[in-house]
Amino acid sequence: MVAKKKEHELIVSVSPHVKSDVTTSGIMWTVNIALLPAFIFSVYFFGPRALIVTSLCIVTALLSEWGFQKFTDKDTTITDGSAVLTGLLLGLNLPATVPFYIPVIGTISAIVITKQLFGGLGYNIFNPALIGRAFVLITWPRAMTTWMKPDAAFTSFDAVSAATPLGILKEEGLAKLLVEFGDKVNLYTELFLGHRAGSLGETSVLALLIGACYLLYKRYITWHIPLSFIGTVAVIAWIFGGEGWFNGDPLIHILSGGLILGAFFMATDYVTAPSVRKGQIVFGVGCGLITMLIRLKGGYPEGVMFAILLMNCFTPMIDRNMRSSVFGARKQVKEEAK
Amino acid sequence: MSDHVREKVSNWELIKNGIIKENTIFRLVISLCPAIAVTNAVKNGFFLGIAVLFVQTMVNTTVALIRDFIHPKIRIPIFMLIISGWVTVVDMVIAAIAPDVYKQIGLYIQIIVAFASILARAEMFASKHGPVNSFFDGLGSGLGFLVALVIISFFRELLGRGALWGFPIVDAKPMLIFILPAGGFLAVGLLMGFFNWIDMKFYGGKGAGGAG
Repeated sequence: MVAKKKEHELIVSVSPHVKSDVTTSGIMWTVNIALLPAFIFSVYFFGPRALIVTSLCIVTALLSEWGFQKFTDKDTTITDGSAVLTGLLLGLNLPATVPFYIPVIGTISAIVITKQLFGGLGYNIFNPALIGRAFVLITWPRAMTTWMKPDAAFTSFDAVSAATPLGILKEEGLAKLLVEFGDKVNLYTELFLGHRAGSLGETSVLALLIGACYLLYKRYITWHIPLSFIGTVAVIAWIFGGEGWFNGDPLIHILSGGLILGAFFMATDYVTAPSVRKGQIVFGVGCGLITMLIRLKGGYPEGVMFAILLMNCFTPMIDRNMRSSVFGARKQVKEEAK
Repeated sequence: MSDHVREKVSNWELIKNGIIKENTIFRLVISLCPAIAVTNAVKNGFFLGIAVLFVQTMVNTTVALIRDFIHPKIRIPIFMLIISGWVTVVDMVIAAIAPDVYKQIGLYIQIIVAFASILARAEMFASKHGPVNSFFDGLGSGLGFLVALVIISFFRELLGRGALWGFPIVDAKPMLIFILPAGGFLAVGLLMGFFNWIDMKFYGGKGAGGAG
């Protein structure tokens, strides 16, 4: 024993020698905690169905990750929090009224096809939760775009269906939206608090911002992707969103839909977003452009999901081409070129 | 084509080779465009498979028969002429006997001319072997394509429409994604992975096994 210990002490390892105690699973669980306010608000707004849908997603995520890793003789990693995070994010991205097989199948496609078949955590090209949502949205478009009013939740399971603010904006225009919500100030307040139809976790901007601030404070995410994403959406909404040019209302576009949820919690995914700061800004701007293209010109009222997925494809390219140069290296290259 | 075919091989081996070992879709991974575009219903997949089977067999035989007269430098244009000749035959026959199917896959029958799999067999096998061997090689390769298309379209139609050959089977809400192009990629990828897995698990990954 003693000899062994001595040997151990003499091992010379390569740098880095100073390690921080931040681990992948620590980050994952922190993000889970940061999503808790949004989850609590969703249960408050949409009632027990929200709880059931989200728990179904989480349980299926854990089971399918465990099952696949058992099946392929890999170490099970269900305690690292990433499967829980995928399940939770997917759950918060579904409408409250979905039939219960949708969360299950969506989660299986997220965990098994998008994450495990590509090699597990760290190797997936696309954000698993978003692929899961895209899969069920394309598969059952009717069920996935039937939204319910937040109020009726506690009294009965029979929900009152309603259109999302973005849906109304797309189909019937701003005037109808103002009729629905009263005046503009009231509209902004309702959107900010989350008192509107939509996916479970995307409605309450307040709850999402609480979680996002916690992540920013812990420095697990930086401002680059969310700010450039939301900023681009705001600018485009201002220029092209209204009647004529430079007449749009950026606040409506920022506060409605899944923009806040997507920008802070899904576009910032470590695995599928660029890791270079400059590249993160390019990534955010790209997400914003595609989002607004779909919202204003596309067939769907909401485009955050497809925008992030499309930009995920570009992540390797962005990372390769925007690598920051080593200090002094550029000068050397220039001199060699001479 | 590796050396094992140059040796004396039985015609049965050639057919088996085309269906399993060098399956166009799952092993050689060529001609994926039609495999994804037309496999949203078993009927479409089956008819395109039959068309390819016929064209492949006839092209292989024709090329093998006249292989000594083809100048190597202009062999590709001549192969294309032969292929387009046989495709025209199939095109007209299917338009006559199955007009409803032709409406859906007519375009894909015409572009059999450009299928990589047909030209590949003509170039790699038929121009170097006798007509009998080439006939059976074309038969095997065409059957492999047919089987692959039927397998893919079986799952896609069952999941995407809840039906088989147009008849409703399952009375549940179908998974729409499987009859869209995205589902085609998913189905082909998952099936390919499944057959590779069977191959590795039971045949040691030598390409000797794996259904279809």
